[in-house]
Parts: sequence; C-alpha cells; structure tokens
Amino acid sequence: MSFPMDDGRPIFQQIAEKIEDDIVDGTLSEEGQAPSTTHFAQFYGINPATAAKGVNVLVDQGILYKKRGIGMFVAEGARERLVLRRQEQFYEIYIVPLLREAEKLGIDNKQLAVLIQEKGRG
Amino acid sequence: MRVNVNKYSNNNGAGTMSRDQRSTIALETVRLTKTYADQQALDGVSLRLEANRIHGLLGRNGAGKTTLMSIATAQLFATSGEVRIFGQNPYENREALSRVCFIKESQRYPEAFNVNDMLAVASTLYPNWDAAFADRLTEEFRLPRCKKIKGFSRGMLSSVGIIIGLASRAELTLFDEPYLGLDAVARGLFYDRLIEEYAENPRTIVLSTHLIDEVSRLLEEVHVIDGGRLLLHEDTESLRMRAYTVTGPAAKVDAFTAGRRSLRREALGGSAHAALLASSPSEQAEARAAGLETAPLPLQQLIVHLTGHNGTIREGLA
Repeated sequence: MSFPMDDGRPIFQQIAEKIEDDIVDGTLSEEGQAPSTTHFAQFYGINPATAAKGVNVLVDQGILYKKRGIGMFVAEGARERLVLRRQEQFYEIYIVPLLREAEKLGIDNKQLAVLIQEKGRG
Repeated sequence: MRVNVNKYSNNNGAGTMSRDQRSTIALETVRLTKTYADQQALDGVSLRLEANRIHGLLGRNGAGKTTLMSIATAQLFATSGEVRIFGQNPYENREALSRVCFIKESQRYPEAFNVNDMLAVASTLYPNWDAAFADRLTEEFRLPRCKKIKGFSRGMLSSVGIIIGLASRAELTLFDEPYLGLDAVARGLFYDRLIEEYAENPRTIVLSTHLIDEVSRLLEEVHVIDGGRLLLHEDTESLRMRAYTVTGPAAKVDAFTAGRRSLRREALGGSAHAALLASSPSEQAEARAAGLETAPLPLQQLIVHLTGHNGTIREGLA
C-alpha cells in the first residue's frame, strides 16, 4: 500500500512504529482493540509473520497486550509512555538534522529561533 | 556472476517469532541438473525450502525457474540430481504429489471446459480442496462460470490458476508467474486473499516471478536463479537491509566501492552512483562517514543488477 516501507529499516520495526503513531495521535485509544496481524498484513501487503513480529515488539514492551481468543488491545498508560519516549528521541531525530542543514545554509541559531517563532505564530 | 552469500544477522534486538512448527523442509533439491539437447536448463541446483513460509523464486525469463518447479513436481525428469517433497521422492509417488499444487504459467486447459468443469476436476485432485473458498474467489475475480475457457484472456487464465492454487489448500503450492495479464485490482485481490489464507492456514507458498516489486514484502525468503544456477538464497529482510546505494563525487564513490561488493556503477558528470551488497551491518554508516549519501536498494533493482549480463560496471552516457 502507500506506506513507505522502503526506508531502509526492517519492516517489522516500521509496523511497530505505525501502531505507536496511531496510539500517540489517539487513532487507537487505550483499552481499544488493535487491528489483527492479518489486517496489518493485508493493508500493507506484507507477510503475516512480519506483521506479527512488529506487533510482538509492542507486546514485549507492554504497549499492547493479548486477550486470549479476542485479539490485541492497547494497554492503559501506553500513550503516556510512548509520548515520553518520543520526547527523549526528539532532539536526535529532529533537532540534530535541522541544525546540520541550517549550518550548511549559513542560518545561525538566532535566525533559526526567529524562523521557529514566526512559524509558531503563523 | 557468482555471489558469495555472506549474511550477517539483523541485530535488531527484537524477539523473533518461534519457528518451531516451521522447521520441516517442504521441498529440497540436491545438485539438480537438466540438460536439453542444446541447452543446460539447470546446472547443479541445491536448495531447501522451509515449510510454512512464502518463498520467492526469482530470476529472469529462461533462468530455469519453471524447469525447476516442473521437476520438483514430477512433471519432468531431471538429468541428474535429487528431489524430495516433504522428505519423499515425488516420482510415481501419489502420496507425496497429493500434497502439492503447481500452477503453471503455460497451463493448457481442455478447450471445451468452463470454470465449473475446472473446479470440479480440481476438487478431485486436491485432498484439502475448499469448494466454498473457490466459489468465493470465482465471484471476486468475476470469472464467468459457464463460458468456455477457450475464449479466456491471459488475465482470466491467470485468475483460474490463482483460484485453483489458493483453494487447493495444498501443503506446497507453487505459482509460476501467477499474475500475468492481471490488472492492478486483480493483483491486489490475489495478494489480499493469499495473505488471509496464509495467516489462517499456514502452508508453503512458492511465488516464481520476474516481477518482484509488488510481492517483495510478502516473501520471507528469496531464491535467485540465473542461467540454471542458484545465485543467492537469503532471508528477505536480511537482504533488504544489505542492499543499498551510494551517491556522491565519483572519486569518493570509487574509493569507497574498491574492495567491496559493488553490483553496478553509473556516473553522471562528476558524480557517481553505485549499488552494493553490504557484508557488514556498519557498512552503510561507513559510507556516510566517507561523505556519501546512502539509500536502500529495492529488491527488484537488486535482482536486476545481480542477473544483468552486460557487466557490472557501466558508465553513464552523459
């Protein structure tokens, strides 16, 4: 499907991240049921074993949990834990490349701060 | 070109699925050779397909894929070598062959038959035949049930093969170029039903094709055949992680690719672009440290580079 699966990272990791995204932005609510691995596999056109591996990453982390015979559910407190973790990663993933590009273009930190503030107002 | 497969494990730190129930071998060939009067179709192919996985048998037209599958399903005799299906020799072995369904690309159906006739015959051939599934697929693929197969288009014939292959529920199902002539909607339907069926009833699926992009994410293992030889066998995910490209100033690209497994190099003006197969997990980071841009190389491109016969180095015309 349209999901960019060829970004060079393992597909199962991208699946886990996609589920995390849905939890963080509220598409999947806590105690809500997550789609089955078969649905994930069909939606993204991937092998069901790969989809299961992605889901299992989140089960191992306690983000998702299994209800026998029913399916996979989002754990209570999952959203907060994911948001905290992503805040920790924010600097590495977004700020570092931003600063690198700004340096390449001769934009200093002051100008950068102004740009961010302007954008925030607009 | 012979590629030494030097795998490295994906150090992803995540729990791997238990493969306990998946460790039997569905199909094994040992030094399989097939010689026609003027041509060596297979040249010592030894491969093992693990049961309950989706395998890709990839290679160009004429690489030997169909010959390999025909011998594996006892429809053709090997010149030498051995074949085993679930541990048994398939020749004149009704028990072993009842567990196999081979959908040939060039399959001829009796001209007077219609879809109903074909499904009736198939139901007697495959012990696990699921008639309800076949009916549902026939409707979804919008095949006319009573029209003679003689008038079928290439795409309709492909649909017949897909329906029989899926509904056979055969433990080992081989599809040879299953989607020739199918439009995007019908191909999507095939992938959907294949995933659903495989998730509910795990079985061994072999997709033999030269059109790789759409199915690459479905495959757990790839076996690349070229010129009658097995060129490469690897877990798809590990191969995806190893195949990459570097782009940058030509001198830097050349310095980096020297002594590494470079599959192709193209130059445009002062910059160059090369496709590589990494032999260590840190290789791509090394390329970036050397001032080169890296990008993943899609499986389709990798196979094209591996099985291209015009040399591995080609200068751009610019």
